[in-house]
Amino acid sequence: MLREFGIDDILLLLTGAKWTVLLSLIAFTGGGLLGLMVAIGRVFGPGPLKFLIECYIRAIQGTPLLGQLFLFYFGFSIFGFDVSAWVAISVAMVFFSSAFLGDSWRGCIEAIPKTQWEAADALGMSFVQKLCYVVLPQAARIAIPSTVGFMAQIVKNTSLAAVVGFVDLLRMGQLVTAATFQPLTVYLVVAFMYFAMCYPLSQWSRILERRYNATHQH
Amino acid sequence: MPLINIESIHKTFGKLEVLKGVSLDIAAGEIVVIIGRSGSGKSTLLRCINGLEKVESGKVVVDGTEVSAAKADLRALRQKIGIVFQSFNLFPHLTIEKNVTLAPRVVKKVSPDEAKKAAITALERVQIANKSGAYPSQLSGGQQQRVAIARSLAMSPKIMLFDEITSALDPELVGEVLKVLENLASEGMTMVLVTHEMGFARKVANRVVFMHEGKVWEQGAPETLFKSPKTPELAGFINSVL
Repeated sequence: MLREFGIDDILLLLTGAKWTVLLSLIAFTGGGLLGLMVAIGRVFGPGPLKFLIECYIRAIQGTPLLGQLFLFYFGFSIFGFDVSAWVAISVAMVFFSSAFLGDSWRGCIEAIPKTQWEAADALGMSFVQKLCYVVLPQAARIAIPSTVGFMAQIVKNTSLAAVVGFVDLLRMGQLVTAATFQPLTVYLVVAFMYFAMCYPLSQWSRILERRYNATHQH
Repeated sequence: MPLINIESIHKTFGKLEVLKGVSLDIAAGEIVVIIGRSGSGKSTLLRCINGLEKVESGKVVVDGTEVSAAKADLRALRQKIGIVFQSFNLFPHLTIEKNVTLAPRVVKKVSPDEAKKAAITALERVQIANKSGAYPSQLSGGQQQRVAIARSLAMSPKIMLFDEITSALDPELVGEVLKVLENLASEGMTMVLVTHEMGFARKVANRVVFMHEGKVWEQGAPETLFKSPKTPELAGFINSVL
């Protein structure tokens, strides 16, 4: 019952791609918000909080994402929460992203020289004002390449979600291959779709960097 | 009551005692220049005045507020005390105009229009109003330093502190910054300067304070101090810099 690879299959793959995009967006938005808190807590928080955040970062960076996905997927049900694969995967991806972004942004915040804080201090700014108007805008500029690079990583990492039954782009590729038995064609199309998602990100990073560097060279 | 009252302050960094009981009173409108070898504590003394450095003992009172008190409202105080640093410390991500309007807008909650007007006035005072749209990196050191002065002036401070503000500049750019300082002095601003520009100290200061090994070693009117130093340390210092 094999069929030819055709327009219907492309549409199927696009459905898979839609979930990939959606999951990436959740991972990035949620991970970004939590990551900002992780970064700020890690730099400015009291000692015990810093330590806890450090443990959190180490735990997530030191274990494979695949393992984390399993842990959340099965962990929820063990503790009696009946959640869908969607929720479990989203939560796992958000934690994963927040640890990486948080740690990388921590470095960006710490890269801003102490003299910038001092200049803002001397003008009577509050902590939040110093952070929002002086430090974070400059840290954001440094963070652009690594952050956008990580966004592309997230897009590709979402494919791991297939292991708990989530039908993303890659999983859909497997299903279409099973029906058409044309792996080369299918996976080439799948690869192109991933590329079509990631390439604009790297271009965007370049545009952002160029825009900032044009006016802010030291 | 002097505007700035410093009473036997002590300050250590690790094992190094930088200020060993410094007392100094500065009256409103006075221009005080602090001189001394590097490591003599002059910059630290300056930074104690607006609380950028905490003193370990002794008292610093500025305009009736005790800076050295544990619960001092440093934010309110710093709005009255401008400071300009050796390394400019402009905000590199903001244009010149935004560098100057930022603090009035967010700290003093001045309206954007008013802040802009005040910024233009401040930039005119330092003769650099034509660069308001540029970024700090596009300016020369002398221009950046003048913007840093304007940034402080825009907060309408009662006192201005200057921490070796010409030391990082190419020699040909020092003059333009000193000229701005002279103008400020002639407008009656209370100024405390740490500087190596002895010619400037002579010309503009009401009083010169010589610091040596964490203490006020000698002070007085510039003419007397430079012409007839009482201590061998000051005499040696003058010889080495002139």
